[in-house]
This record gives sequence, C-alpha cells and structure tokens, in this order.
Amino acid sequence: MARAATTTDAFNAVAEPRRRQIVDLLAGGERAVGDLVGELGLGQPQVSKHLRVLREVGLVEARDQGRQRLYRLNGHALKPIHDWVKSYERLWSERYELLDDVLEDLKKEQSDDSGS
Amino acid sequence: MTAAASGTAKVTLPADDQILIERDFAAPAHLVWRAVTEPDLVRRWWHANRGEVISCEIDLRVGGKWRYVMMAEGDIEVGFHGEYREIVPNERIVSTEIYEGMPEGMPEEEAVNTATFTEEDGRTTLTILVQHSTKEFRDGHVESGMEDGLQDALDLLEEVAISLR
Repeated sequence: MARAATTTDAFNAVAEPRRRQIVDLLAGGERAVGDLVGELGLGQPQVSKHLRVLREVGLVEARDQGRQRLYRLNGHALKPIHDWVKSYERLWSERYELLDDVLEDLKKEQSDDSGS
Repeated sequence: MTAAASGTAKVTLPADDQILIERDFAAPAHLVWRAVTEPDLVRRWWHANRGEVISCEIDLRVGGKWRYVMMAEGDIEVGFHGEYREIVPNERIVSTEIYEGMPEGMPEEEAVNTATFTEEDGRTTLTILVQHSTKEFRDGHVESGMEDGLQDALDLLEEVAISLR
C-alpha cells in the first residue's frame, strides 16, 4: 500500500523519537517553544521543524499569546493510531471467543471421559 | 487500569517494539494448551471469523516448524510460519513468527512470540508477548516510508491517553 509522505500522517509523524518526546511534553500541558528547546536539549530550529511536522498532521496546535507562541497537543489526531490497535484487539477477541467454544467442548469431552 | 469487558482480549504496548495480548479462559491450562497446539483444534478458532483456515501445520518440538494459512474474504491467502524455540508443556511456548505477505522488495521480519499459560482456580490466563525485531529493522522500515513505527506510536498513544484522563 502506498504511504502518504511523512508529514501528512499521524503514524509517521510520531515515528520520530524527538517528535514523540515533544508530544509527551505537550501531553503535560501547553508549552512555549523556548520551554521545549530547554527540555529537549535541541536547537530551536530543530524543535521548530518537528513542531511544524506535528502541526501539519494536526497533532499539535499553536496560538499566539503576546510575543510568545504556545503549542498544545490535540489528542484527537491520534485516533487513527488508536483505531489500529483497536482493530488488532478485536481480531484477538474474536479469535479467543471461538477458542472459548473449543475449550467448552474439551471440558465436556473430559468430564464425559472421567464419568465413563 | 480500565477493566476490559469480560471475554475481551486486552492488547497493550509495554515497549517500543512489543505488543502484549492477554486473555483469561474458563478452562484449565492443559486444555488451553491443547486448543492452541493441536491443528484440528487451532483450525476451529484461529480464523477469527475472517475466513477459513486452509492449512495448519504444527511440529511441536524445539526446532520444529509451524505454518498457518487462512483464506480470507476476497480469496486472499494470508500465511504465517515460524519455528518453535522453547516448549514447556502447559506453561510456555516461545516461537518465531514470519508474516508471508510483506510487499515485494521488503525484507521479511521475524518476530518472537512468547506464550505463557498461568492457571489459577481452574482458569487460565494466556499472555502472548510479541517481540518485534531490531530497532535497525524498524528504523529501516520507517525510512523506506512503510507503515511502521507503529509500536512506538501506540506506546505513545497509551501514555497520552492516560495523561488526558
């Protein structure tokens, strides 16, 4: 399956470790770029570049407050990722519900054997 | 931790390169063991209502091979195979798993699955830890533009979900 470019997809946007760190930091609340630069130990241009990628996929939103630009997390943009893990969970749930039926039969078989 | 509805498998992401599947069964461990190691029994549940198991080979010994193939809706064959590395009857199976449907030109990935059977009061908790291959492999995938970094993404998602609560 063809993939969208890095910057247009939440999966790829968070595949980069630094961008995950940024998301983690923003999960704790709104932050200014300067804060993030301090926490990450990266240069401001690098941080801005990562923030741009995150903004392009909607994971991060910005607003201006005075001379500062504040960034915050938009958790909703993680939904495609959430949906992926849910579908995986559904697959296993269905499998295991069928396995329950097999186990019921085996238990029955076993009690029939011990009863005879 | 949010309690899953009864009868529901729980999938979590304990590390960047791992998936953990947990589920409780109302049967003793030796029966769960049989249901996941005897081909005729595996055929009855592994399809997950998504098709038909057309092949199920299990050579249950260390170094022995396994292969499951399903004919999914739309006549798509989905195959997995691997090798058994460790077998402790009714307790533990370590095996490798290779998905046969990788797109052309992509290297195949060998994951290592550790299944653990824990019996308590006649019930069994089955956990399967899926350990994906090296970080190098994964990063290579990401760079090639493949849909990857998923383990990380999901790990992250979980953290974020918790933090947003």
